[in-house]
Parts: sequence; C-alpha cells; structure tokens
Amino acid sequence: MENLNLFIRSIFIDNMIFAYFLGMCSYLAVSKSVKTAMGLGTAVTFVLVITVPINYLLENYILKAGALAWLGESYKDVDLSFLSLIFFIAVVASLVQLVEMVVEKYAPALYNSLGIFLPLIAVNCAILGGSLFMQQRAFPNVWSATVYGLGSGIGWLLAIVGIAAIREKLAYSNVPAPLKGIGITFIVTGLMGIAFMSFLGIKL
Amino acid sequence: MLSKKTRQTLLGPLSRNNPVIVQILGICSALAVTAKLEPAFVMAVSVTAVLAFANVIISLLRNTIPSSIRIIVQLVVVAALVIIVDQILKAYAYDVSKQLSVFVGLIITNCILMGRLEAFALGHGPWESFLDGVGNGIGYGMILVIVAFFRELLGSGTLFGYQVIPQIFYDWGYENNGLMILPPMALITVACIIWVHRSRNKDLQEK
Repeated sequence: MENLNLFIRSIFIDNMIFAYFLGMCSYLAVSKSVKTAMGLGTAVTFVLVITVPINYLLENYILKAGALAWLGESYKDVDLSFLSLIFFIAVVASLVQLVEMVVEKYAPALYNSLGIFLPLIAVNCAILGGSLFMQQRAFPNVWSATVYGLGSGIGWLLAIVGIAAIREKLAYSNVPAPLKGIGITFIVTGLMGIAFMSFLGIKL
Repeated sequence: MLSKKTRQTLLGPLSRNNPVIVQILGICSALAVTAKLEPAFVMAVSVTAVLAFANVIISLLRNTIPSSIRIIVQLVVVAALVIIVDQILKAYAYDVSKQLSVFVGLIITNCILMGRLEAFALGHGPWESFLDGVGNGIGYGMILVIVAFFRELLGSGTLFGYQVIPQIFYDWGYENNGLMILPPMALITVACIIWVHRSRNKDLQEK
C-alpha cells in the first residue's frame, strides 16, 4: 500500500517534468513527434528503473556515514557521502553504456527504434535527479526505491508523449511569430503543469 | 585588451547566442531554482564557475583524450568540480545550499556544460575556452536572475528577502500572486522572455 501510494505520487504529483523540470532539454528537443517521444520515454523509464535501486544499494552499503560497518569495526565512522555525486554519475554513464549493448544484442528492434536516444540518456537530468531525490528521501528499502524509479520514469513518459501530441497539432495553428516553436512549447508545458497540480493532495 | 574575436566569444552568449533562450540548454535548473532571487543568484555563480573551469581543463586535455571515451572524461571532470562547489556551498552558505537541494548536484548533467565542452572546449585553446565559459555562464545567470526577479517580486513582494512592495498597498487590497511561486509560472515567464527577445531579433524566429 505504501509503495502503491509512492508510485501514484511519483507519477502525478512529484512529476519529474512539471514539478521539478528535470530532463527538460531532451523533453524540448525530442518532442516533435509522438513516436520518437514514446521511444525516448521508454528508454528513460528503463534506465531509471535500473539505476535508482543500484544507486540505493551503493548509497546504503558504501557511501552513507557508517554504511561501511559491514566491513568491520574500524570502518564504522567512515563517511564517503561527499563522493556520492561522482559515484552516481559513473553508475549512470556506465549503465547506459551497458544497457545499450544488451539491448543491441537481444532486442535489435527496440534498439533501432531508440537509436541515438539511448546514449544521450547519460546526460539526462531526470536520471541523475532520480538518484539524488532517492538519496534525499532515504527510502526504507530497495523496493521503494525501485517503485520510485518506475513511477518517475512513467511520469516523464506521460509528460513527453502528451507534449508531443500537442505539438503535432500546434504545427497547424496560427501562433504569433516570435512564439513559434520553442516559446509556445514552454507555455503549453506550463499549462500542463497547472493541470497536473490538480492531482495535489491525492492520497491512497 | 581583447581582440574582436575573443570579445565576440565573451559577449555573444549574452544575447544573440544566449544558452537558455536561444540554444535552449540548461533549462532544468534554470526553472527550478528561480522562485527566489538569492538561490538563483548563487546557482548562476556556481554554474559560471564550474563552466569556466571545466572548459579550461577540457581544453588543456583536448589533445590527450581519446574521442571514444571523451563523454565519460568530461563527466568526471565536471563531477569533481561540482563536488568542490557543493562542499564550498555547504561550508559557507548552508541555507542556500539547503534550498538548492539536489540542483547543485544536477549541475553535472546541465546541458550547457556538455554542450559547451563538446562544441567549444574540444576545439579551442584554454584562454578562449575560459572566456566562452564565463560568457555562457553569465548569459545563463542573466536569464535566471530576470526570471527570479519577476517571480519573487510578483509572488512574494520581496527582493533578496527584503520587502519592496510597501505595506500600504496591501492595506488597499493588493495581494501577492501566489501562482508566481508555483513551478508552472517559471515556464511561462521564460516564454515571455523568449517572446520579447525574438520579437527584437527577427532572424531567430522559427518558420
């Protein structure tokens, strides 16, 4: 129940795009058609589901103050938390590489549809952001962390597919010239964000 | 002191080639930290510092990095610089560092950094790269400060935490616009800046 609540919250209320603006760059750059948006969204969800739990384990068994206690008495006071940024980004970058190779080998159809987006995910703020929020919220166990990763990924997917669908329609409308393209996308995203705020306060 | 070309490198990103509103890079953090002026200002300074030094380091290393692993080298350099900034903020500006929370760490994945390292530092000398970093950092900071100015003024009636809208206005029935504090208004404020900027620079408009 706790996890279901977390799942719903991370999709709708703590939405990566509308509440924290994470992954905005690729969100704006790759939302011109629904098909590519869907591909990128799936890839982001996939990577988030893997990286958040791995970073959770790293954080709790290596980096946190006192986390190295399992090595023996003398390691009890070691606090490596200042290294967490470099650890997290290394995990993200290497995992993206790994995922890319695995997907290429075992699911070539998926690999072809994701194309260039897989490697680009390494520098997507939403991925590192997921890990950093996980660290900040101190989840009780690795399952909650996984659920959080999945929820944030789906929330991101929802947002990018939504904006891509709207932009496909916007291409035919009469927008003031200076707002064409990127300007109107910002405004529409803002309006979508206001709409998503109506989910605030939902509790299961 | 500066030749015409280096001046262009430094000043170009302020308006014609602004990283946020023209190149559309680094939006994530630009929007999230702008509810108040103070964190926006600190964020702008941090990004400028990281960008300038990362540019210089990558530019010095540009002939030794094999191109197949350059992304990870760039990430490591940037991550190391961000850790330094993070620790300095925690030591000397703890309150602001709490407000910025994860967004200091997210400087690592700020697209401006990757964009400038890839597009500029890999092909230019250290001094030019430094100027490019400072220029882009200031261009980014400028937008942050403009957005934060309007959001804090209209949303809380304060600037840098000091009350600027006089009490008498409130007595007459003026209300702070609570919507400005909420995340979606950051997007709409940036859209307005883009609107003004592009109606002045017609060649930037999209067809």
